[in-house]
Amino acid sequence: MAGRTLYDKLYDEHLVWSTPGETPLLYVDLHLVHEVTSPQAFDGLRIAGRRVRRPDRTLATADHNVPTDPPGTPVADPISRRQLDVLDENCHQFGITVFPRGHENQGIVHVIGPELGVTQPGMTIVCGDSHTSTHGAVGALAFGIGTSEVEHVLATQTLPQERARTLAVTVEGELRAGVSAKDLALSIVAALGTGGGIGSVLEFRGSAIRALSMEGRMTVCNMSIEAGARAGLVAVDETTIDYLLSRPAIAHRADRDDLAARWRGYVSDDDAAFDREIVLDAAQISPSVTWGTNPAQVVALAGAVPDPEALPAGPERDAAHRALRYMGLEPGTPMRDIPVDVVFIGSCTNSRLEDLRAAAVVAAGHQVADGVRALVVPGSHRVKRDAEAEGLDRVFTAAGFEWREPGCSMCLGMNPDQLAPGQRSASTSNRNFEGRQGRGGRTHLVSPAVAAATALVGRFADPQEVA
Amino acid sequence: MLAVSVLEGRAVPLRRAEVDTDQIIPSEWLKRVERSGFGRGLFSEWRDDPSFVLNQPSYQGATILVAGPHFGIGSSREHAVWALLDYGFRAVIAPSFGDIFRTNAGKQGLVIVALADADTDQLADWITEQPDLTVVVDVERGHVEVPAHGWQRDFAMDEWTRQRLIHGWDDVGLALRHADAIDAFEGSSTTPSLAGLFDASGHLA
Repeated sequence: MAGRTLYDKLYDEHLVWSTPGETPLLYVDLHLVHEVTSPQAFDGLRIAGRRVRRPDRTLATADHNVPTDPPGTPVADPISRRQLDVLDENCHQFGITVFPRGHENQGIVHVIGPELGVTQPGMTIVCGDSHTSTHGAVGALAFGIGTSEVEHVLATQTLPQERARTLAVTVEGELRAGVSAKDLALSIVAALGTGGGIGSVLEFRGSAIRALSMEGRMTVCNMSIEAGARAGLVAVDETTIDYLLSRPAIAHRADRDDLAARWRGYVSDDDAAFDREIVLDAAQISPSVTWGTNPAQVVALAGAVPDPEALPAGPERDAAHRALRYMGLEPGTPMRDIPVDVVFIGSCTNSRLEDLRAAAVVAAGHQVADGVRALVVPGSHRVKRDAEAEGLDRVFTAAGFEWREPGCSMCLGMNPDQLAPGQRSASTSNRNFEGRQGRGGRTHLVSPAVAAATALVGRFADPQEVA
Repeated sequence: MLAVSVLEGRAVPLRRAEVDTDQIIPSEWLKRVERSGFGRGLFSEWRDDPSFVLNQPSYQGATILVAGPHFGIGSSREHAVWALLDYGFRAVIAPSFGDIFRTNAGKQGLVIVALADADTDQLADWITEQPDLTVVVDVERGHVEVPAHGWQRDFAMDEWTRQRLIHGWDDVGLALRHADAIDAFEGSSTTPSLAGLFDASGHLA
C-alpha cells in the first residue's frame, strides 16, 4: 500500500460517515470559539432547540474586540461591549469554558490553544477564524470555518468536509542570520500567490522547517490562508513533543508518554505522494516587507516598490496599480526610504514570547523615532506574564513603545487600536488588505525585528541599521 | 437556507481581482450579534464613491455579481455572504473563489459559479455595455446563459451541493441523521477532551 500524507492520515482517522454522492462527515476534536463569529451560531441553536453536543470539546475566549488599555478600563464601544457580554452569556447557558477579558488564560484564540497545550497532534481543530491554520504547527488538522459551520460543530461535533488536495511546501537549507519565520511565511505566500493554495492543505517540509521553533512554525502555518489554503501542517518531531510536554494541559497527565508515542506517528510516510510540491531555497530568503494590499505583494526590505507595468497586462497588473494608488507609493521608491506613522507588534502571527524577544533585542537601549507610535500587544496574558518576568516590558517602555494588554488589537482594528485614514503602519500581523487596520490605513507586513527597527528609525529599517 | 433552482436577472460587473472579505464587509460591521441588516455594509469602503458600480442607477435591483479572480479570499467572516444576500445578490460569478467564502455561501444559498477567465470577462463586457441584459444561472442544469447572445457555459458543482441548494436543506439536520455514527465514533475515540482541565471559573484545575 502506498504511503499516506499527514493530511490523509488526519482526514481518514476522523471520518465519521461517508457514502457516495454525499459530502463525508468529519469529527472535530476541539472547537475554539471567540466573540465575533459565534453569536449568530448560538442563536441558531436556540431557534432549533438544540444543545451543544460536546461542551468538553469546546473552549471560548474573548479576543477580537477587547481593548488593550489597562485592566478595568471600560469597553467604550457599546456594540463591542455587547458582543463580549453575549459570548459570556452564551458560554454560561451552554456550559462552555470561557476566558473573558482580563482572565489569566485569556488571549488571542490561536495563541492560547497551543500555549495551554489543548492543541495537540492528531487532532482536528476548527474555529470561526481563518487563522486557525496556526494550530497545524503541532501536526493537527486545523482550519477556519464560517458561522454556519460553527453552529454545525456546536450541534453535531462534526463538519461535512470533502478531502482536500495536498501541496508540499518544501524549504531546504538554512535561513540566513536576521531572517525570521515571518520572512519565510511572506516568501511562501509570495511564491504561491493569494490563490495558489485554494482547495489544498499545505504541508511545510524540509530542513528549514525542521529547524524552526514551534513558535516559528506557528507563524508559518498561520499565514497558510493568505495563500488561499485553509490549513497548513508541520509533521510532529521532537521539537513538537518537547514543546507540548511542558504545556499546562499536558505536563501533569499520567499518560503523557503514551500520548507522545502516539503523536510521533503524525508524519507523512516517506513514500507518500503529494498532489503538488513547491520548493524554496531558505538561503535566498531575506528580510521582507509587503508593498501592496494583499499579502502576496512582497518585496525584499532592501528592495524598492515594484513597477506594475512590469507585470503582464491583466487583473494582476490592474490590482498592482490600484494597490499603489491606495498605498500612496511610487514605483522605484526604496522601501527603506518610506516613513511610517505607527508600528504594531502583535497578532496571532507574531505575538508570542519569541516574537517579543526578537523585537526587544532590537529595541533595547534605543528610542522610538519622533512622531512614531509603537504598540506592543502580547498575544495572551500568559505571554504577557512571561515577557514581564524576563523584563521585556521594561525594555519596550524604556525605548518608548507602549506595552499593552493582550488581544487581536490593531491586526484588524475591531477595538480602539486603529490607523487613521492615510496613516502608514509597519505591522507584524497577517493582512495588508485595504482598510484592514482602520479605514484608509496603509499596512505593510513585516517581522517583529524589522518592526522594532522601523519604530526606531521612523522608516522601514533592517535591524542591522540600529545595532 | 434559501432554496434556489434557476435565477434569472440582471448582473453587475465588479472588475477587480482579489476582492477579499474585508472589502466585502469591513470588520467594523462584525461587532453586531444579529444575522440581518448587513447589506448596508456591503463594499462600504467603496460605496462613498459615486462612480462605484453599485451606485450606478442602471444596476439597481441586479441579483448577480460578476467579479474578478480569487473573490472572497481572506477572513472567514460569513458576514460577507450575509451582506451579499441582504443587499439582494443571489449568485456570484467569478474565475475563482476563496475556500471558506465558497463554503459559507453554500450554507446560505448564495450560488457560487466559477467560469473561465475569458468567459467571466465576456460576461462583464456585455453587462457593462448593456446593464439590463438578462443573465440566467441554472443550478439544476449547471449552466450560465445569456439568451440575448445565444451564449451558454457549464459550471462545475458537486451533486451534493446542487441537491442541497435546490432543496434548501439544513446541513445540521442532515448530519444529525447520522447521530448513531457520531456516537460510535466518540465511543472509540481516545483523543483527550477538556473534561476536568478547567474549574468552573476557567482556571486550570
